[in-house]
Amino acid sequence: MLALLRNQKVRGILFQFLTVVGLVAFLWYIGNNTVANIEQRGIQTGFDFLSGTAGFGIDQSPISYTEEDTHGRVFWVGLLNTLIIAFVGIVLATLLGLVIGILRLSKNWLIAKLARTYVDFFRNIPLLLQLLFWYNVVLRAMPSPKQSYAFFDMFFINNRGLYFPLPDYNTTFFMILGSFVVALMASLALNRWSNKRKENTGQDFAVLPWALGMFILFPILAYFLGGANLVFSFPALMGFNFKGGKTLSPEFLALTFALTIYTATFIAEAVRSGIEAVSHGQKEAATSLGLSNYQSLKLVVLPQAIRIAIPPIINQYLNLTKNSSLATAVGYPEIVTVFAGTSLNQVGQAIEIIMMTMLVYLFISLAVSALLNWFNHKMKIKER
Amino acid sequence: MAVYSKVEQRRAPSNTKGILHWLRDNLFSTPLNVALTALGIAILFWVIPPFVKWAYTDANFAGSTREDCSGGGACWVFVRMKIDMFMYGFYPSAERWRINTVYGFFFIMMVLFKYLKSASLKILLAHVYFIVGYFLVSGGFFGLEHVPTDKWGGLMLTIVVAAVGIVAAFPLGVILALGRASHLPIIRSISVTYIEFIRGVPLITILFMSSIILPLFFPEGVTFDKLLRALIGIAMFEAAYIAENIRGGLQSIPKGQYEAADAIGLSYWQKMGLVILPQALKVAIPNLVGVSIALFQDTTLVMIIGLFDLLAMVRLSAADSYWLGYETEGYVFVTFIFWFFCYSMSNFSQKLEKRFNTNLR
Repeated sequence: MLALLRNQKVRGILFQFLTVVGLVAFLWYIGNNTVANIEQRGIQTGFDFLSGTAGFGIDQSPISYTEEDTHGRVFWVGLLNTLIIAFVGIVLATLLGLVIGILRLSKNWLIAKLARTYVDFFRNIPLLLQLLFWYNVVLRAMPSPKQSYAFFDMFFINNRGLYFPLPDYNTTFFMILGSFVVALMASLALNRWSNKRKENTGQDFAVLPWALGMFILFPILAYFLGGANLVFSFPALMGFNFKGGKTLSPEFLALTFALTIYTATFIAEAVRSGIEAVSHGQKEAATSLGLSNYQSLKLVVLPQAIRIAIPPIINQYLNLTKNSSLATAVGYPEIVTVFAGTSLNQVGQAIEIIMMTMLVYLFISLAVSALLNWFNHKMKIKER
Repeated sequence: MAVYSKVEQRRAPSNTKGILHWLRDNLFSTPLNVALTALGIAILFWVIPPFVKWAYTDANFAGSTREDCSGGGACWVFVRMKIDMFMYGFYPSAERWRINTVYGFFFIMMVLFKYLKSASLKILLAHVYFIVGYFLVSGGFFGLEHVPTDKWGGLMLTIVVAAVGIVAAFPLGVILALGRASHLPIIRSISVTYIEFIRGVPLITILFMSSIILPLFFPEGVTFDKLLRALIGIAMFEAAYIAENIRGGLQSIPKGQYEAADAIGLSYWQKMGLVILPQALKVAIPNLVGVSIALFQDTTLVMIIGLFDLLAMVRLSAADSYWLGYETEGYVFVTFIFWFFCYSMSNFSQKLEKRFNTNLR
């Protein structure tokens, strides 16, 4: 018997068995208590509440929403707003992070130091504090609509948000929008073709001027083909507020600023360490082969730097998405604010609502890590 | 016979040394660099003089009332008058010496750590410190007045949440990391599920869960106070991140170490405790400091579930009708405190990284 207990395999099985028993007992215990507590407090269970009327308004919604809509609709509005703020934040943080990361490596002493100061400063301040600062100190302290700051009489900023002109959705507008997509597709195809030709014949082909040309020419063509009828609606002061054009609320702006500025510091660090990780010998080897500065950057340094920098950057995208939940502190109506906040207060079914909210984030995380695995697999150094 | 005379050493050409050369090399080497330098100087001029003017030249430091702030700049009088609120929250003022004593003990402990050699003595001391600290701050014993946790607040609460969060999460994190590296399939999958679940959701949802759902899990009569619920949520959250960093350390230990420990007949816990973990933790320490910095910043989130940490205290004080309109000063003050703590921690971790780097290779 004792000998059996000393057997590693037996011990392993026994240990796992005990763990499972302990875990199941614990889950059973809290499950029982929860059921008892829910009954005693008269909380409803199940997902029927999703079809119940919400009864509260949401001031920013990408899909049509009224007070008579259901909590299920609130969930979708919140989810879409989360995705919108995450998308905007990711695009802006990537741009800013790239610039700061490259400036940190600049040979210009002053610029490199300034970029470093930016990183050291903003990443050591809690995101929530930055968010509250932008919202309370900067944006909410803007003047009232009557005294708003105007730029070229087209952009207005005041304590109700940022107003800017927007083209009407007519044929010309959609033609121009479509022309950008066509130009993008054509540039990608051209790039593919030039890479293939280079592999086969060794001849270079300057893709960039052609691509730029397409991006300029196609929209112009589309403008005339679409009837040359592009109408902008301008924001204008009517009574106490602006009408027309598009408005970005102070909540949205504060969240965008805070997420962008905070996440950009981490992206900048990823960019810098990616480029620094490429050993100096690689650059020297490229130079000794006779490659120009641009060629060595494009063909030798960047491909290796990207492989190192992209995984941490994608992780930052995930962090940014999760951090967008801080919106609840300023009241931007994303999923935590409206669904896990307002809906939860009305319905009181905490378990279902918080689980649904968590599942949304879990689903996003799983999607992102699947993307990351795919990337790592694709970028793996192919050794013989 | 040739006569050699000593030739005076020539000075280096003036364009390869000195401040002018440095300037030319680092700031004005190309037209682009000249433009960038100009831009940099413009940014500095745009940011620094107005800030100095606001925060120092035009600012008011002395006085005790709103009327003393007449300079047009920052009103540091507000921060000065409210500093006790920022530091201690609603903790009764007569009892604040207890918190200061706990701070004092911390420095005494740090000094002792410098001279103590035995690791187990250090660990014992740290435990004693936490227990003594808890009894001193909470009170209710030895004639000390009991101070309930809803009176705790300000920087002191921030430190309590951060310190207890890390200390409580650490053992759980080590166990989860070992579980994830284990060969037992059930143990491994339980650990992986826990870690990936927690890392996939924002801290806010975990805090909501621990403050709203957790009370439902326990029978009627068992109550947790708000602070304890937040601490449970934070410790659960942090454990997953600590586990991932320790796993990184575990992976960096060569297989030979495991085999050598097995070969001399150590049991699993001996192998891990005496051979693997000491090395793995050493590798993981810089990253663990990084986790601590992130946690210290994340403590501000407890504001959302209604605890009054430093940031929440500042918001509350700025909403005081007498001091209305001075929240900028409050935010700048909090920014300074958080920045100071986080920056010194990250400098510390960079130093550690350098120190540990040498003896690994």
